[in-house]
Amino acid sequence: MTVETRLAPLDAGCANPAPPVVLRERGQREVFCGLTGIVWLHRKMQDAFFLVVGSRTCAHLLQSAAGVMIFAEPRFATAIIEERDLAGMADCHDELDRIVHQLLERRPEIRTLFLVGSCPSEVIKLDLSKAAQRLDSRFGGRTRVLNYSGSGIETTFTEGEDACLAALVPEMPPAELGSALQLLVVGALPDVVEDQFLRLFGELGIDAVRCLPARRLADLPAVGANTRFLLAQPFLGETARALEDRGARRLEALFPFGAEGTTDWLRAAAEAFGVDRMHFNRVVAPGRERAKRAIAHSHERLRGKRITFLPDSQLEVPLARFLSNELDMVPVEVGTPYLHRELMARELPLLPQGTRISEGQHLDRQLDRVRADRPDLTVCGLGLANPLEAEGLSTKWAIELVFSPIHGFEQAGDLAELFARPLRRRDVLRV
Amino acid sequence: MQLAVWTYEGPPHVGAMRVATAMKGVHYVLHAPQGDTYADLLFTMIERRDRRPPVTYTTFQARDLGKDTAELLQDAIREAAVRFEPQALLVGASCTAELIQDDPAGLAEALDLPCPVIALELPSYQRKENWGAAETFYRMVRQLADKSLKPAPREGRRPLVNLLGPCALGFRHRDDVVEVTRLLATMGIDVNCVAPLQASPADLRTLGRADINVVLYPEIGGEAARWLEQALGQPAIRTVPIGVGATRAFIEEVAGLAAVDPWSALDALESRMPWWSRSVDSTYLTGKRVFIFGDATHAIAAARIAAEELGFAICGLGCYNREFAREMRAAAAQYGVEPLITDDHLAVEDAIRAASPELVLGTQMERHIAKRFGIPCAVISSPVHVQDFPARHSPQMGFEGANVIFDTWVHPLVMGLEEHLLTMFRDDFEFSDSAGASHLHAQAVAEPVAEASTPEGAVPWTEEAERELRKVPFFVRGKARRNTEGFAAMQGRTQIDITTLYDAKAHYAR
Ligand code: SF4
Repeated sequence: MTVETRLAPLDAGCANPAPPVVLRERGQREVFCGLTGIVWLHRKMQDAFFLVVGSRTCAHLLQSAAGVMIFAEPRFATAIIEERDLAGMADCHDELDRIVHQLLERRPEIRTLFLVGSCPSEVIKLDLSKAAQRLDSRFGGRTRVLNYSGSGIETTFTEGEDACLAALVPEMPPAELGSALQLLVVGALPDVVEDQFLRLFGELGIDAVRCLPARRLADLPAVGANTRFLLAQPFLGETARALEDRGARRLEALFPFGAEGTTDWLRAAAEAFGVDRMHFNRVVAPGRERAKRAIAHSHERLRGKRITFLPDSQLEVPLARFLSNELDMVPVEVGTPYLHRELMARELPLLPQGTRISEGQHLDRQLDRVRADRPDLTVCGLGLANPLEAEGLSTKWAIELVFSPIHGFEQAGDLAELFARPLRRRDVLRV
Repeated sequence: MQLAVWTYEGPPHVGAMRVATAMKGVHYVLHAPQGDTYADLLFTMIERRDRRPPVTYTTFQARDLGKDTAELLQDAIREAAVRFEPQALLVGASCTAELIQDDPAGLAEALDLPCPVIALELPSYQRKENWGAAETFYRMVRQLADKSLKPAPREGRRPLVNLLGPCALGFRHRDDVVEVTRLLATMGIDVNCVAPLQASPADLRTLGRADINVVLYPEIGGEAARWLEQALGQPAIRTVPIGVGATRAFIEEVAGLAAVDPWSALDALESRMPWWSRSVDSTYLTGKRVFIFGDATHAIAAARIAAEELGFAICGLGCYNREFAREMRAAAAQYGVEPLITDDHLAVEDAIRAASPELVLGTQMERHIAKRFGIPCAVISSPVHVQDFPARHSPQMGFEGANVIFDTWVHPLVMGLEEHLLTMFRDDFEFSDSAGASHLHAQAVAEPVAEASTPEGAVPWTEEAERELRKVPFFVRGKARRNTEGFAAMQGRTQIDITTLYDAKAHYAR
């Protein structure tokens, strides 16, 4: 069932003499599906509601991934398909209408409702875009109804956010022709990080900055030929394409992790907006220095340590770059569910030569490699962490990298600390 | 379709995983998309298991549909059989694979594997986790138990029993098994096989050697026990030994069937619980209003303990598993309450709000509800969370279980002496009741949801009455406010003054 191929070195389009080898695998994948993104997206978009159309499994996944974050009534729910719906005793579209009615009556403050497709809804070919159109024309005055797929047969973990944001792009109003350059920051960031970035852009003199997603979806930013956008997350390929289709241009940059990544990311915007180089350096220097100082705390512990990433969020490549370039860690294997070559074009050449990059997954074989490599730290999902610890391998939960603020200068130290803590713990324990 | 936010039970294949994970020498190949692998974390994180659940997922994708999903499944079965060399292999489909109808049973059979294959049919759109666990265990027992085995002649040997139902991710199953095994040993009875927990397929083969089946968790072991009763003629004991009274009844029942003297056990292993309950500090427990919700077995057992062994008043009782609705209705009738049989946590929340209990005994779901309302709560049943797997021995069953229950239920309540002191000192300028009592987490007090929210159109309070209300200890203030408002509305009063407050108090006095 698995095809294992060693591809010819990919063309990174850069001066690196020996670009990394990519191992492509097919087999059992141990990753969440795109529904999981709802757990952080519903916190970010405060006037939106996510209605998964799926099975009891989907509801259980959301509940398990949300873990301790149990709120009275979160802004997500599952419309669980039942036997009656499958046997044709009830019409799925009528049922969905009934549930949406019920929901909007209970939560009149919802301004955007996402119908989120799942594996079951897709396998039975329940057309959610049709349902969204129908419901939108019914409730559109008050609540916009959109749809995207978070299904496990179509999306892997963070691709759910990509699908969600891509569904928002057609809703963005057109920017006026001939308007001034606009900067768009794309990707759901914790509010505190978003505010830090907005302050920095302001100091740089770039005032026309908007974010996607906006905290309130009721005010989506405009997009057009004068839009330049920066991806804050590496997994937003579809969203990037949708924005480009609307005339926006992506600014090539490293992703904003660590002092170097963040500087490069900001510089890309500064250059596009004609910010004076001296001014840029002046504005960026304090944060950059703080980041370096904060990172230095973990440097001693992480330097020379070998690290393996199992595929999870597509954050793996930029994070491995940060850890190797700024903390002198040694990436052994960098696994990613999907390697977006275009978005990674700047990142890949910065990985040390000989780094094994793997795309896709064959879980048992990959674990065999981890056992053979015995890295000092393995970044993996929650299902694998304790079993690997029990085998004497230190681990870091990958999901924390998605849930905690790790972008930008002020979080660089925290990001390094996330990797240092398991090793420090290992050193202090005497039990 | 059904609208759900939080669910009490996962899908039935998670029940099958609980059985496979509990056992040794079993592997489960699950035809499912990648997202379904989340279920692994239930075992590795919540239960802190040090091994991956023995499950291989096919993780088919959209591009495989209509082409080679069946082939994927067959490859996965073949690879798993080679890599894990199980004594028995389970194959089945999750909700998505059920829709593509790849026929796991037929595909597995065609492979002619060297071990028995148990094909599971778990209808995901009708059934849930507990049913899935019971069905899986029943299928395994039915296929693997050696029907020709009979108990050896009784002369010259101790009686033998099987303990059926303990499972992975069960609420305190690990410790209950230890406790019940010890109890039986004191009675001179040995355990032949505990299953599914820690049992191998080879162990299931020998089930017939036992004289009696003890069904510790009917939700999981009930089906298998019924079959063993019919096919092998093994009698089953269904009294669940949770609480002092139930444990005594259990001992007598086992003793009767096994023809041993029960008094050895009853004398040797008394519980401290009866005296703890009779001692004067516990007087304040009398008539405390308790709301109970969980799986039927644990909820019914909790109701008996609450009523007979702690002197609580039951103001609500229910369960989320409809399969046991009959048992639940009978129990509720006994305590004179309407049974609440639902898997809609919002309905449970409404019922708790309406009952305004002083203690909630429930699942993790009710714990969160109670926390928001600022009501003390103890967990008595699945669904579980990481804190329901304590490091220490902490059973629910047997006499030690009764001790544990006394501590865990009474601990969240204000202790008798402390209640007395709070009342004595509440006017002291140094005493701030907003800090809460020592036993409650500060958070519960920080969000006094139960107290806030005077609904619109409600009778207004005079400032003086509000001040008076603030003198009421915080842990009953919410109730006092609600009662007073209800009373004022009922009486058609236009405002709530001090007189109304005390009229209401007199009205509701028990
Ligand atoms: S993988 Fe598919 S069926 Fe499973 S939880 Fe995700 S969307 Fe639902």
